[in-house]
Amino acid sequence: MAVFEKTSGLTDQVTHYCPGCTHGIIHRLVAETLEELSVLGDTVGVASVGCSVMSYDYFSCDMVQAPHGRAPAVATGIKRVLGPQSVVFTYQGDGDLAAIGTAETVHAAARGENITLIFVNNAIYGMTGGQMAPTTLPGQVTQTTPRGRDIRTAGFPIRICEMLATLDGVAYAERVAVNTVANIRKAKQAVQKAFTAQTEGKGFTIVEILSTCPTNWGLTPAESLQWVQENMIPHYPLGVFCDRTEKGVY
Amino acid sequence: MEQKRYFMKGNEALAEAAIRAGCRSFFGYPITPQTEVAAYMAKRMPEVGGVYLQAESEIAAANMVLGAAAAGARTMTSSSSPGISLKSEAISYMAGCDLPCLIVNVQRAGPGLGGIQPAQSDYFQATRANGHGDFHILVFAPDGVQEIVDLVAHAYDTADKYRMPAMILADGMLGQMMEPVVFHEKEQRELPPKPWAASGHKNKRQHNIINSLVLKPAELEQQNIARFERYQQVQQQEVLAEEYLLEDAEIIVVAFGASARIAKTAVHAAREQGIRVGLIRPITLWPFPSNLIAKAAEHAKAFLSVEMNMGQMVEDVRLAVGGRCPVRFYGRAGGMVPEPDEITAVIAELEREVR
Amino acid sequence: MAFQFVFAGFGGQGVLFAGKVTANTGLIDGKQVTWLPSYGPEMRGGTANCSVCLSEEPIGCPMVMHPDVLVAMNGPSYDRFAETVRPGGLILADSTLVQCDEQDHRIRPIPATRLAADNGLEGLANILLLGRMLRLTGFTTYESMKQSIRNCVPASKAYLLEANFKAFEIGFQYQ
Repeated sequence: MAVFEKTSGLTDQVTHYCPGCTHGIIHRLVAETLEELSVLGDTVGVASVGCSVMSYDYFSCDMVQAPHGRAPAVATGIKRVLGPQSVVFTYQGDGDLAAIGTAETVHAAARGENITLIFVNNAIYGMTGGQMAPTTLPGQVTQTTPRGRDIRTAGFPIRICEMLATLDGVAYAERVAVNTVANIRKAKQAVQKAFTAQTEGKGFTIVEILSTCPTNWGLTPAESLQWVQENMIPHYPLGVFCDRTEKGVY
Repeated sequence: MEQKRYFMKGNEALAEAAIRAGCRSFFGYPITPQTEVAAYMAKRMPEVGGVYLQAESEIAAANMVLGAAAAGARTMTSSSSPGISLKSEAISYMAGCDLPCLIVNVQRAGPGLGGIQPAQSDYFQATRANGHGDFHILVFAPDGVQEIVDLVAHAYDTADKYRMPAMILADGMLGQMMEPVVFHEKEQRELPPKPWAASGHKNKRQHNIINSLVLKPAELEQQNIARFERYQQVQQQEVLAEEYLLEDAEIIVVAFGASARIAKTAVHAAREQGIRVGLIRPITLWPFPSNLIAKAAEHAKAFLSVEMNMGQMVEDVRLAVGGRCPVRFYGRAGGMVPEPDEITAVIAELEREVR
Repeated sequence: MAFQFVFAGFGGQGVLFAGKVTANTGLIDGKQVTWLPSYGPEMRGGTANCSVCLSEEPIGCPMVMHPDVLVAMNGPSYDRFAETVRPGGLILADSTLVQCDEQDHRIRPIPATRLAADNGLEGLANILLLGRMLRLTGFTTYESMKQSIRNCVPASKAYLLEANFKAFEIGFQYQ
């Protein structure tokens, strides 16, 4: 009889994530994939700054904690010196990847850096207590947009996958969500596809995962999943924006 | 055996020395007057199977070094003053993660965008605050192309030994000038093992974590105390300085790098005028040769700190002298370089004053 | 014996290269050498210069304040550096481009740019000046100088080596 077990890609450390937060699901998808590809021993993960900063304690592969936004640069350094046999990924939130680390993200993609970015987009800054993120929706209330994000003063949210898909170095860019079982299954496939492409040296891969923040959204976990469906997915359509995994980018 | 003398620019010799010291990854960004380092690396790294990468920014370059160092590589970046400010984020993190690496600052004049001519105005930055938090990095200040070459390998070895970043603090003059240079080869350079590195555990050990986040104050305090105990060892064991004509010196010039070279010519000229003057040249700026200066202060009548800035190292000289005799400062700033005659005149004036 | 040189002219005239060739003789002769260039935007179309020190002793300051020899390849360089030349020093001026002060007994004019052009050696006035400089100063041997030219002309421009030698010879034989 098959037993559903914890993946060896995760340590036994209890995570610090809030109840209902989908970081845990995303951690599991990444860890399972690394285990299934038998690459845990060759993998170095890069934790970013934000809620997922302590992911270095949760993933069982070697981990490096990067300065805010710099994870793709740190991952570049690691990958370049360890070589193609290694698997290197970053795990970044929206503030880290799409605000302070925009340059590092765009240029790692432009170089076709053979790394995988796991981009957790929940449209808010979680760690610091619910401020506007680069991906905060128009009209969305946060601590620093108390009247809702006013696009005339606070600008427009960034669609990272669409933007990166214009770059020749990107082998794979897909946006997924983890708000339903069906979506979680699709998310897993996207993560698998990205890491597989990396092991085959195809180029830069990114999986953007729409995630929740019940605490800072002020919603219950169940309402949060619904909010992703009703508000985030319409603005951030799910799907594959770029797939050069067949031939690779080079 | 006579070793081959090469005629090289400081910047190029530095790059070659790094490669010969086992550096196989360079992450850089162009900025005058250090660009030759990057250009040389771009040419040479592929020849030795190494990595050359021109990053999108100094910030990214320094963080690539962080990644490479975390993965256990002997790695480096180089820049000039404004670029070093951008790198300070990663330098602080690397200090906090106990990562050895080499950072080169071929200084130009500041503040701000400043100028592109040689200066030593990043002394404070290098020795005091190359980023936020409680930490030090090793700072080496060569005074010529040969010493640049000799210090690069030493800087790497020392950085590895104490698990901390090292900096070569040069300037536009040293970077741009050419001198004959000999590469003293080690027979077989074996880099030390780095069992702490995040290079993939191969399912053979617990996972390694390279991290500077410590949320419990008591724990972070302990970490900082332990790091400073290591720094104390560095201060006891790793100080380098040149003593020049000190035996009978009544006036002691203290200068480093390019200004020390110029001061040496001035000391010669002053000696010809019958002034008993000598020179202390700190080769490590951190750790600073405080004990050597304190000892010299027991017999000297006055000290003169000569720098290409508005007066930075002079504070360390004053601390070391501890009020035992006057400590004066002479400097040029903004990319102006002091001429030997100017310094000789200041020495002569100081000698008249304390005679 | 120590020799200090300043080479100055427009960017593109090869003053830095002339300095390198001079400095390289020190390597061949087993002397201490420094070569210090001006750098930065002034090089592009503006003026360029370099200081060269040759000495049996270790060299302190690599900047040359009072050269034994100034090689001036244009007017502005002559105007800027002529008065810094040490008493008893020499000024080699490319008289095609420099209005020389005929009263100045330190000046050794040679129409290097015109001579180079007349001999189909455009762009080699700098090397021509080196030939003249060697003849007037004897700071190294003829052989060392030719070897230095050989060392300094990059492999990618090896086809220019003979032209360099020819320019050097014209300068050396100039009366």
